[in-house]
Amino acid sequence: MANILSSGKIGKKHLSERGLVNLFIWPTLILLILVNIFPLFYSIFLSFNNYSVIGNKLPIWVGFQNFKDLLTNEQVWNYFAITGRYALLSVVLQTVLGFGLAMLIREKFKGSGIITTLILIPMMLSPVVVGLFWKLMFNPGYGIFNYLISWLGIPLTTDWLAKGDLALWAIVLVDVWMWTPFVMLLVLSGLSAIPEYLYEAAAIDRASSWFQFWHITLPQVAPLVLIAVLFRSIEAFKSFDLAMGLTGGGPGAATRLISIDIYTRAFLGQFKTGQASALAVIVLVVIIAISNLYITALNKAKES
Amino acid sequence: MATIELRDVVKKFGDKYAVKPMNMTIQDGEFVVLLGPSGCGKTTTLRMISGLEAVSSGNIFLNGKDVTWAHPSARDIAYVFQFYALYPHLTVRDNIAFPLQAQAVKRDVIERRVKDVSNLLKIKHLLKRRPGGLSGGDQQRVALARALVRHPAAFLMDEPLGALDADFRETMRAEIKALHVAQKATTVYVTHDQIEAMAMGDRIVVMSNASVQQIGTPAEVYHSPTNLFVANFIGSPGMNLVKCHYQGGKLTLPGGSVYVPAEGWQKTLDHQLGDNQTVVLGFRPEAARVSGEPKISADVFLVEMNGSNVLLDLHLDDDNIVRIRTNRGVNYGLGDTINFDLDPQMVRFFNPSTEAALVME
Repeated sequence: MANILSSGKIGKKHLSERGLVNLFIWPTLILLILVNIFPLFYSIFLSFNNYSVIGNKLPIWVGFQNFKDLLTNEQVWNYFAITGRYALLSVVLQTVLGFGLAMLIREKFKGSGIITTLILIPMMLSPVVVGLFWKLMFNPGYGIFNYLISWLGIPLTTDWLAKGDLALWAIVLVDVWMWTPFVMLLVLSGLSAIPEYLYEAAAIDRASSWFQFWHITLPQVAPLVLIAVLFRSIEAFKSFDLAMGLTGGGPGAATRLISIDIYTRAFLGQFKTGQASALAVIVLVVIIAISNLYITALNKAKES
Repeated sequence: MATIELRDVVKKFGDKYAVKPMNMTIQDGEFVVLLGPSGCGKTTTLRMISGLEAVSSGNIFLNGKDVTWAHPSARDIAYVFQFYALYPHLTVRDNIAFPLQAQAVKRDVIERRVKDVSNLLKIKHLLKRRPGGLSGGDQQRVALARALVRHPAAFLMDEPLGALDADFRETMRAEIKALHVAQKATTVYVTHDQIEAMAMGDRIVVMSNASVQQIGTPAEVYHSPTNLFVANFIGSPGMNLVKCHYQGGKLTLPGGSVYVPAEGWQKTLDHQLGDNQTVVLGFRPEAARVSGEPKISADVFLVEMNGSNVLLDLHLDDDNIVRIRTNRGVNYGLGDTINFDLDPQMVRFFNPSTEAALVME
């Protein structure tokens, strides 16, 4: 008995295991609650209210009115369509190009390490910076982009960012330039995890390279490709900084992605905080839905 | 069906030989076992035959056709990998069908062939499963099925039973042998297990240190090993090898016993070694016959009961141990001195410096 008591005393001098756990968890948790969880719930709360941060009035509960207004607004549907087209184009291009690049630098060759690192650079830059310097490159007067295109024999003096149909493509192009390396990196790690003996077995089984690609390489990396597509789709759907830096949603509303629309509602003009919150909640629901589709597919791919 | 011929085949990794110049002809329908300790070059040889590994020099012929630089897929051979190498993302059925699908065989033909081969290997109930969930033995059956389904000209098997439990190995060994008897397909089989090699092979190629030590039937390599390595490696336990002194037609063993070899051997020893020389006497444990008269005497050091017989470890002197098999009916105590004679038919001699067997003239 005496022993147990005295050892208990010693325990109090030091941190108990429980105390240590709390010490590590709580600072992170408090930070998360302050900057993530509280704002999330607050914006959900605001989405049911008529409220403006500069209005100097308390939120007024309006139920689903904000949602009703937004979902019956044809403009909002148009912005969703723009965002969808943008996400589809850039994710498909990134996946195809990233896969291709990964297949190319899969075999080690002299300088392949340096080339891999160089390819990865765009991914490490800040999207705002990328937006800005691509804006300079796209400039019809002194930008280098049109000059480079003229090398291909196409004499163009277009202002890419000022033409409605081209501006979205311009953003897609920059997004692809920036994020293809990310897809490549994931696919590359998937490719390097395929055991060599599968290809040996396939060579013995007289499978052509094409057959090997479709029946071994592709199914083996499919889970990682799906993860890349999942990440990029979510990112593309809520993409803001790149497009904002390049076009600011223009010309007109040709590149007004849904997140730019939220931003405009929240911080430009009327500061419709409640309505912007409602739109943000809608986007959140859409993204969760898309993610679930992918995760279901991913689990299916992993089962095999 | 195919013959396989290796002509001066060499494999080098850097400066190091993996396979020293190797010559071998494998007849149509033959079951040849490449046997040797790990790192002796047997798997490298098999991989060169398959085309998975390029030769450093020399030529490989399949049915008389030079295939040295042909891609594995151009050789029409099946290869059973040590760790099965099944396609993990495909079902058992698709694994077996893979070589046929790769050749764009018609769907109904594939269906029939997969059905036949899965009946043959008793894996019909597994067709819808994936390889990851199967036992080692079942995975090996699937790997065999994938090899069998396309009716290849030859089978190459790289320690296919190496990853299985001991008792299951015997079952699979019998199954593979039965398959061979039924299919009559040329088979090259790699193993480090000499019991497996003896049980399965029509011929055994014993390899060590990147070179072929002996090529022969199981009986030949067992009874007439060409050198000390083969004598020691084949059999469990291996051949007893005792350094003796030869003078005047008599051998003096360590411990002082004197053994008089048969007349034919005396002539051979006189001619090939000369008088007053050291020679290695070799005999299998079962060549010894315990007898009353003092021929070779030794002290019992260990008694191993093997069921059908008793294996005795005997001290000739402090440094020299021989092992002999005796009738299980007789009991020996530790430390007893026993006398034995050797079956003259089963006595072999080796040159201690070249390590090669002497051939009786």
